[in-house]
Amino acid sequence: MSFASLSRGSPPASDDAASLTDVTFGYTPSRTILSGISMRIPRGKVVAIMGGSGCGKTTILRLLAGQVRPTAGKVVVNGQSVPELSKTRLYALRRQLGFLFQFGALFTDMSVFDNVAFPLREHTDLPEPLIRDLVLMKLNAVGLRGAAHLETNELSGGMARRVALARAIALDPSLMMYDEPFTGLDPISLGVVSRLIRRLNDALGITSIVITHDIYQSLNIVDYIYFISAGGIIAEGTPTAIRASTDPFVKQFVNGEDDGPVPLHMKAPPLAEDFLGRQGA
Amino acid sequence: MVNGLLGLLERLGAATRQTITRLGFASRFFIAVLRYTPTAFLRTQLTLREIYFAGVLSLVIILMSGLFVGMVLGLQGYDILNRYGSSEALGTMVTLSLVRELGPVVAALLFAGRAGSAITAEIGLMKTTEQLLAMEMMAVDPLARVVAPKFWGGVISMPLLAALFSAAGVFGGYLVGVQLIGLDSGAFWSNMQSAVDFRIDIVNGIIKSLIFGIIVTWIAVFEGYDTKPTAEGVSSATTRTVVEASLAVLAADFILTVFMFRGV
Repeated sequence: MSFASLSRGSPPASDDAASLTDVTFGYTPSRTILSGISMRIPRGKVVAIMGGSGCGKTTILRLLAGQVRPTAGKVVVNGQSVPELSKTRLYALRRQLGFLFQFGALFTDMSVFDNVAFPLREHTDLPEPLIRDLVLMKLNAVGLRGAAHLETNELSGGMARRVALARAIALDPSLMMYDEPFTGLDPISLGVVSRLIRRLNDALGITSIVITHDIYQSLNIVDYIYFISAGGIIAEGTPTAIRASTDPFVKQFVNGEDDGPVPLHMKAPPLAEDFLGRQGA
Repeated sequence: MVNGLLGLLERLGAATRQTITRLGFASRFFIAVLRYTPTAFLRTQLTLREIYFAGVLSLVIILMSGLFVGMVLGLQGYDILNRYGSSEALGTMVTLSLVRELGPVVAALLFAGRAGSAITAEIGLMKTTEQLLAMEMMAVDPLARVVAPKFWGGVISMPLLAALFSAAGVFGGYLVGVQLIGLDSGAFWSNMQSAVDFRIDIVNGIIKSLIFGIIVTWIAVFEGYDTKPTAEGVSSATTRTVVEASLAVLAADFILTVFMFRGV
């Protein structure tokens, strides 16, 4: 399907893995994070949500996972309206989701093997030999079968992220959500993790949402990009469209320019007033 | 002047409101943890692991402290009793002091410092590093998987630790009274046996330590779960656990003693 043909605010289609329709959200009534945002995540695609720090990217994941409820609007995942779900049904939905945290969030009192085995042991009655095989298969998928016996404090940042990825796909989710998966990784780990996201998405036939600042990695692996700023979607498109975009915000983001629609300097009194005027003004 | 007074009243009101809100939240949290009691007992491995961390790993400090407290009681008790010519009552004095008061109270204070702070720090760090959130996202309730087993592990460990504290204390009193000072061994043990009442002294002591176990572990798990997810947040939550649990144990001890030993 052509993402470019999607128009903002278009009604969710039945082949969407997730969708937000006119969603407004704020952690306090006086501070709105998202205002009237609509987006679609078609099944089988890798979609990136990008934007500056604090623009509400992670909040979108939290809304999709049912961690927070929108003030207004609809949040639908796998055909279910997330805010309306009871705790039991929400947990049942979450079993179909995989979530990769920014720093992995591995359980520090467990080994690599036990971390990956955790969701299998919690949610299935599989015998231990079968769990062992499944865990090794998942670790093999992220290239870390040889690290199964390690403790989590023996892993580098990139390895921890990959173990967390193996744990996130342990129950074969239909929708994977990645929260800043590239943060703090060296160039090799960065390439490994980004290619894994794409490869796993295609090999497992799942849908992926990637929250990230990393425009270069994203342009290489995703099918569609949403740019968020000031609580709304200010640009969207396929990687090709984004590269060719003349939108000032997209250009500033893609080229990493100091100044533009997102100003370098925060609003402040004139320099002269601060340095030559009253002290402590 | 008036503005200053109003400001003071305002801060006092805000602090009172915050305390009451927090107490309400802690009570709701306590009820939620109790709801997961069946999970904690059905998944025995989880609770046994917590008994090991809260109980077994506290054994050294509990036994050593019990021994020294008993030895000091033996020395002080002998000094006082000897003035009235009743040094043979040393065993009774040491044992009653331990099983009624010092055993449950001192063991609970040590438990708050050793295990309570560890429980708060562990849950707090799990929250700070998003491990609890990760669990929730995997459709596993952290209250059932982490908090309830820790709570019951602490509650079960506390009376056992208090009993061991008292036993070590009695042995310490025996070492000083009989082995060091030279009191008659038979008088020491037989006076103790005849003076200590199982229901009034032992059972009340066990009830006390059970209640202290609930108080300390409840505060420890709540403070951990309610931690501000920063390094400073975990540090202050751990301190709060020790301070609040110690004060709560001492206050509860007074109330329980009034009801248990009034007129005995």
